[in-house]
Amino acid sequence: MAAEATCGAGAGSTGSLAAAVGMSNVTSFQRRGPRVGGADSGGPRLMSIAGTRPSVRNGQLLVSTGLPALDQLLGGGLAVGTVLLIEEDKYNTYSPLLFKYFLAEGIINGHTVLVASAKEDPAVILQELPAPLLDDSRKQELDEDIYNHKTPESNSKMKIAWRYQLLPKMEAGPVSSSRFGHYYDASKRIPQELIEASKWHGFFLPEKISSTLKEEPGSLTPGYIKLLQFIQNIIYEEGFDGSNPQKKQKNILRIGIQSLGSPLWGDDIFCTENCDNSHSLTKFLYILRGLLRTSLSVCIITMPTHLTQNKAVIARVTNLSDTVVGLESFIGSERETNPLYKDYHGLIHIRQIPRLNNLICDESDVKDLAFKLKRKLFTIEVRDFYVSYIKG
Amino acid sequence: MDSAGSVVSVAPQLLIQSAGSRSSECSRNSITFSTSPLTGRSRQDVAWSRRGQSRERSCRLHPGRRAHDPGKLTLLCDAKTDGSFLVHHFLSFYLRANCKVCFLALVQSFSHYNIVGQKLGVSLTVARERGQLVFLEGLKSSMDVFFQAHKEPHPLQFLREVNAGNLQPLFEFVREALKPVDNREPAWRCPVLLVDDLSLLLSLGVGAVAVLDFVHYCRATVCCEFKGNVVALVHDSGDGEDEENDILLNGLSHQSHLILRTEGLSTGFCRDVHGQLKILWRRPSQPTAQRDRSLIYQYKIQDKNVSFFAKGMSPAVL
Repeated sequence: MAAEATCGAGAGSTGSLAAAVGMSNVTSFQRRGPRVGGADSGGPRLMSIAGTRPSVRNGQLLVSTGLPALDQLLGGGLAVGTVLLIEEDKYNTYSPLLFKYFLAEGIINGHTVLVASAKEDPAVILQELPAPLLDDSRKQELDEDIYNHKTPESNSKMKIAWRYQLLPKMEAGPVSSSRFGHYYDASKRIPQELIEASKWHGFFLPEKISSTLKEEPGSLTPGYIKLLQFIQNIIYEEGFDGSNPQKKQKNILRIGIQSLGSPLWGDDIFCTENCDNSHSLTKFLYILRGLLRTSLSVCIITMPTHLTQNKAVIARVTNLSDTVVGLESFIGSERETNPLYKDYHGLIHIRQIPRLNNLICDESDVKDLAFKLKRKLFTIEVRDFYVSYIKG
Repeated sequence: MDSAGSVVSVAPQLLIQSAGSRSSECSRNSITFSTSPLTGRSRQDVAWSRRGQSRERSCRLHPGRRAHDPGKLTLLCDAKTDGSFLVHHFLSFYLRANCKVCFLALVQSFSHYNIVGQKLGVSLTVARERGQLVFLEGLKSSMDVFFQAHKEPHPLQFLREVNAGNLQPLFEFVREALKPVDNREPAWRCPVLLVDDLSLLLSLGVGAVAVLDFVHYCRATVCCEFKGNVVALVHDSGDGEDEENDILLNGLSHQSHLILRTEGLSTGFCRDVHGQLKILWRRPSQPTAQRDRSLIYQYKIQDKNVSFFAKGMSPAVL
């Protein structure tokens, strides 16, 4: 049976934690303390960091993306040490929301947050984070919003679209007061005190790039080199990788990188056909993966993949990311006026889910997903356009 | 001509035996070899072996191919699906067959391969300590290369180079790892080079021709000189969009002796059948007057093994 795996001296891991006792029925049971210097993790310790929970399948440490519905689709949450890549929608309307939910979740849980952007000052981004929905007010919010056309029929058997009875019901609202995953009110701002109480680092490209550059390794764009060094510095200084025996970090570093690959970062991979530096972005993603796998951090990247027609680049970027989610909004397309889609604002595609420490992954059975931004909540639902078509 | 396999216990088994577990999924009628596709080879080549009352199932997908068959290049290819389970299989298979393995693990961390390997019955840490496994962890090494300046050549030195680098330092690493050392270590069987994966090298700025050169050098050394095997994974984008990848894939396909190609189902996502595996045996050095042998299986990946069945014969469907 599984011995206490020491996972190699200093070798990277995706942060599988000391699994809770109840999960000992699989041989992937790993009792492993946090990789903090190793000096005091003599015996097995249950690691409990705020805002994380172990995966049901293999004890992997998961964090919430800020959207409980998305967590459900990704198999419980985002694994620590991985990258979530969001393919931006065409006019960049909804992907900043997902970006902000992720960061807000970090602030609420007390994680350290690192925001990198080439167009907005990170301080401004943090001011605009949505406010969390508290327990007492959220029931009122949801009662107003429950005009859900499924509920009157959910008890009676469906006669026409009977196949939809078999589909799992997506949770539209908070089901329990768990501390994993919160709901946010997109119309309100996060209280200033929460931001001031939190620990955050900002990387604003125009500020960092003006300094003179030394001889840099590789063919990466200077902006990417600076960002990687910044991230590596934070990870090392604050002890997220366990290499610093003085710093016993039991927290998660949430990294958010906005619009990576856009021309604002100095990278023209999405703009030109055969650019010189066509491997800059992929090298960046590879080295970032190396940094994440060896530390207690998780990263969200939004990328304007709609700018390019080059499927090869998108395929390579997808292979170098762990979880990939694509947003397709209906704004400006013919679907906006299509009665089949009138209840929704766009489609959400889960393009890839990683297989970490496992031969299989938790793929959701439902592939046809749409999202809508209600007045205050961002919800993801199974696209049941047959029902809405019949209702008119 | 490959000798038809006598039942050799060394013969590689693609389906990891799981005694008494969920092999009830492979029902008795799941594969009928009387209608073996395409070839008319005898049934003993690909056979389900049942041992008495125990419900173990094993499927020998490499007939007659013993671990010490010298000098074969096996190409693993996945098209729009994840073929990494094949890499895990080959790693655990060769380690259990007591071969010396050099694993260029560029995609994931050591602990990932270790944990999956433990599910499949091998311990990579033990193998590494014994000297049986030489493990190049690409992620960790790339950070060393990138953040610290090295004077001496590093296997992943091409990450530092501005122009498309060549893979000579990587080849030197492989040769150093697999060259036979006399008198000191216990006699391992044939050396094996396992690469996961070659398409990643293209993403990191190496040209397709450089990767093909690297594979050529590795074959010349590992296959011909050291009498070992080479197994490599390449992704297939499928649309013809990625020209460099297509050059690499076509070039390797012509050099390989065995091609295992995993694809998704053409009809879309299915919970019970995860994909399809095409097996193609080739003889690259001989003129092929006769058609190359090929087989198609569908598979479902489970927690600790992969079950194979003939097309349309998934237990979920029957």
